[in-house]
Amino acid sequence: MHVLRQDDAGGNGSQPHEQAPVATPAKLGRAIVITSGKGGVGKTTTTANLGTALARRGATVALVDADVGLRNLDILLGLESRVKYHVLDVLEETVELEEALITDKNSPTLRLLAAAQTREKDEVDTEKMRALVQRLRETFDYVLIDCPAGIETGFRNAVVGADEAIVVCTPEVSAVRDVDRVVGLLGNRFRPQLVINRVRPQLVKKGKMLSVEDVNGILRLPLLGVIADEPEVIVSTNKGEPIALRTDTKTAAAYHAIAARIAGEDVPAPTVEIKESFMGKLGSLFGGRRS
Amino acid sequence: MIEFFNKLFGREASSSTAKERLRLVLMSDHLSLAPDMVEAMKRDLVDVISKYVQVDRTKIEVSFEQQDKALAMLANIPIVGVNRDAGGPRGGSGNGAPAASSAPTANPSAQASAPENPAPPQPAVPTPRRRRRKKANPAAAT
Repeated sequence: MHVLRQDDAGGNGSQPHEQAPVATPAKLGRAIVITSGKGGVGKTTTTANLGTALARRGATVALVDADVGLRNLDILLGLESRVKYHVLDVLEETVELEEALITDKNSPTLRLLAAAQTREKDEVDTEKMRALVQRLRETFDYVLIDCPAGIETGFRNAVVGADEAIVVCTPEVSAVRDVDRVVGLLGNRFRPQLVINRVRPQLVKKGKMLSVEDVNGILRLPLLGVIADEPEVIVSTNKGEPIALRTDTKTAAAYHAIAARIAGEDVPAPTVEIKESFMGKLGSLFGGRRS
Repeated sequence: MIEFFNKLFGREASSSTAKERLRLVLMSDHLSLAPDMVEAMKRDLVDVISKYVQVDRTKIEVSFEQQDKALAMLANIPIVGVNRDAGGPRGGSGNGAPAASSAPTANPSAQASAPENPAPPQPAVPTPRRRRRKKANPAAAT
């Protein structure tokens, strides 16, 4: 159904400003939907950070906020003041695509197509959405689509143009169940890969949180990355600067490792480091209560 | 090491509770057939088996469990006796040791028991096997 996709499109990032001719595209970028089923697991944070990390590698990246009615991706990127047009303006052809794409302030090869804030999900024409993503793929190495929570209209519209999926899960029973459901709905076409977000290694060690192995023992998906629950992520959200811009945190490194994996690089298996003080160990041996 | 001490002091981690709950909830999610469908399947299964053996309908248990990547259905069907007028697959099967559990379904012609095939003589000795396990891997999990 789609033209053959280059497996390593944009991986080397050698031609970040390449403009492929529209009629006969020399190559098609990869359209990846970031989804989860459950809300609040970090889809938008993941989209913002992977977009940033891929752009840092030199790739051209378009981020599409498909969460019509609940625009958020612009906030995480600190671009909220620059949003003039949104995805529905483009779909309804009231504005040119190029005009609606906001260039990121930190990464010049990263562009954002914001969601409509005062419109509703059912106003999106599914076929037009598919065509829009296809158009973006002709120009960009990666098109990352931030899917809304749920499995209804918004989900269908976010997924329609994509040919790959990243599913974001947290180590919670409800999140795992929803990812399982979403993966079932996606089917094999999207070859979904898993990002486990907000892992708290200390809690895992104490047996108070599902481990990465527990979660993926159940989901059995290719593991793309593991992100620890780090307070700095909240700080970066507060500032509107994705943590992937930084070089001093493990979480940023984890996002860059995911980007490398997406680009087809063979990077070591994702893990989270468990740091525990000696007193902590003593505490968990003798004092810690399990609940 | 820490796990060992936790067990020693009888502390149960809530993550294992989470894992178990998740396992169970996903199993029933995957069997979107869900309770009434399982009931119907059980009934049909017993109807077929009852052609050959007498089963205790009140004590049938059907359960599902995860086996590697697939979900396995386990049916526990107590057999109380051999059904004499049924077109059993083989007259001799009841004579010796209790037949292998898969025997009744092995011969497809046995299904058309009544009109075409005159029932082969059945041995008088009911060889009640207490339990019979049937395994199938129909629904793929995950």
